[in-house]
Amino acid sequence: MTESASTPLIELRGITKVFGTGAAAFQALRGVDLDIHEREFVAVMGASGSGKSTMMNILGCLDTPTSGSYRFRGFNVERLDQDERALLRRRYLGFVFQGFNLLARTTALENVELPLVYRGDTAVKRRERAMAALDQVGLAPWHDHTPGELSGGQQQRVAIARAIVTEPQVLLADEPTGNLDSERSVEIMELLSGLNRDRGMTVLMVTHEPDMAAFASTIVKFRDGQIASREAR
Amino acid sequence: MDLRMLGTTFLLALREIRRHVLRSFLTTLGIIIGVAAVVTMVTLGNAATRSVEQSISNLGANLLTVRPGQGFGRGGGSFAPPFGLDDVATVRQQIGGVLHVAPQTSAAVIAVHEAQNWSTTVAGTTNDYFASSSLELESGRLFTEEEESAGKSVCVIGATITTNLFKQLDPLGRSLRLRDISCVVVGVLKKRGQAGFGPDQDDQVVMPIKAVMRRLTGRQDVGSFQVAVDKRFETKNVSAAITALLRERRNVAPGTDDNFNIFDAKQLSDTLAGTTRTMTTLLGAVAAVSLLVGGIGIMNIMLVSVTERTREIGIRLAIGALRREVLLQFLVEAITLSCLGGLIGLLVAFAATMGLAPLMRMSFEFDGSINLIAFGFSAAIGVVFGYFPARRAASMNPIDALRHE
Ligand SMILES: Nc1ncnc2c1ncn2[C@@H]1O[C@H](COP(=O)(O)OP(=O)(O)OP(=O)(O)O)[C@@H](O)[C@H]1O
Ligand SMILES: [Mg+2]
Repeated sequence: MTESASTPLIELRGITKVFGTGAAAFQALRGVDLDIHEREFVAVMGASGSGKSTMMNILGCLDTPTSGSYRFRGFNVERLDQDERALLRRRYLGFVFQGFNLLARTTALENVELPLVYRGDTAVKRRERAMAALDQVGLAPWHDHTPGELSGGQQQRVAIARAIVTEPQVLLADEPTGNLDSERSVEIMELLSGLNRDRGMTVLMVTHEPDMAAFASTIVKFRDGQIASREAR
Repeated sequence: MDLRMLGTTFLLALREIRRHVLRSFLTTLGIIIGVAAVVTMVTLGNAATRSVEQSISNLGANLLTVRPGQGFGRGGGSFAPPFGLDDVATVRQQIGGVLHVAPQTSAAVIAVHEAQNWSTTVAGTTNDYFASSSLELESGRLFTEEEESAGKSVCVIGATITTNLFKQLDPLGRSLRLRDISCVVVGVLKKRGQAGFGPDQDDQVVMPIKAVMRRLTGRQDVGSFQVAVDKRFETKNVSAAITALLRERRNVAPGTDDNFNIFDAKQLSDTLAGTTRTMTTLLGAVAAVSLLVGGIGIMNIMLVSVTERTREIGIRLAIGALRREVLLQFLVEAITLSCLGGLIGLLVAFAATMGLAPLMRMSFEFDGSINLIAFGFSAAIGVVFGYFPARRAASMNPIDALRHE
């Protein structure tokens, strides 16, 4: 399959990322070029430590690359300041962290409501949408539990609900099924592919499991901080 | 940022306070203790200063007491001649700025009325004494000129004598016996209460000095005399003038020490007030230290939770919060806690001073400035240490804030 001719939604060129300085410096990304078009469903695979999360953080405007250029919807992200990147995240991006990153001592519902708070939705609307998102991940009955009272898999599903509650244009999910059993994993994958298909949500997902990658339309393989292969299915 | 965002931010901050009950409580507690300690100590200290000044002014702030011999505590090595009534008269005539001069000679006696007896002091003096010591009559009258010049056996008695010798009876016109003389009560003094130190002026029988000299002590000398100084004059200057006059009258050779001493209640009052003021300052300093310790406590709590807070900030930033939204939330939180703590601290201090002042027999005044200072200081600490770590965290990349350890 050939790439579509339109401008890509996401365009990475020569992205590198170096952690630390001097002798302790470690190059996690060594020149990543990647185009992602609207409505794509991409699975990112690769060995542990190959730089998948590092790239996802850069894509999510949570981290800045050491060099290279990142264009998102035609914006040069590296030229945006902190607040502009925050607005970009707020408007277009949903992010599922590998480590969930839920607010402690805060109920599942409040966690899911949080992105809506910063978008300025009313309390009623926030609650309604957050409950709907929790329902989509099968956690509606658990809405008033705090992360401490939820299992790892349940926390992961709260994190997914929080990422999709704003119906973002792009969902970046770092191992969204890493803590789930295969049955739950399939449910989540069906949810994501449904959003991709019906709502036109672009999905980028890191996974180690080929079964999950099978839901994607494109598979990108990472090796040692570089893209080893990119194949459409 | 629009108004609704402001409201939401406020709600978020209050929610965070509720969510971290212990942390919020400890922060508030630090401020409460700091504020309460400072305000209580300084208010009580000021009250103490005022009460000392008050009791000294009861004693007669513009009063000089002249005695033969060298001053307090200095051993009277050489003989000091006593004063006579002529010394008193000369001081009255020749020194400017003098309102009253009251000679005094006293003796310890047992006063008897019918079956009651009471051990007390008889003070021989003149009507000037009542004026200079600001003693007022409860009933009856002072001495007449004739009684004074002839040394009649009449007396004006203090409240303690009335209660102990006359019980329910009206003492006016009755006689009491002092040693072998009988003496008619012509006046009763108002109760004064203890003047802080010095003789108990309620427990004395006052008689014309000539009567005491002739019939009780049998001597012509005056034990001491009080000089009441006009408020428009400096007691220091009047004291110096009296010193010069008396040195001359008593033939004290230049260069040798006075053989008499002048006790200036005003100077003592200044010294004592100065001392209590020093005490207040000291207490204030101790209190300021507790405010500081409270402040450090607050900093500690805030800094301990900075990791957790940094992660929280990372999460909020990651899901699209703007830096200023996050900071506003933390600012509101810090201000709310600090002000709450400060207000509770002020209330605690108020309750403590209300409770303690009567126990210490002092009346206190609400001192706005110290309340304001204590409140402002602790609130500032709370805000600075609640806000600045947040400011640092909010300027990080979200991912760095999330990884913070
Ligand atoms: N903040 C950091 N400081 C230093 N090194 C880092 C940092 N973050 C990541 N690295 C290093 O960069 C490399 C890539 O990390 P990354 O998290 O991207 O791997 P990954 O592909 O997501 O692995 P996994 O599948 O285990 O999640 C790793 O070797 C890691 O040690
Ligand atoms: Mg990873």
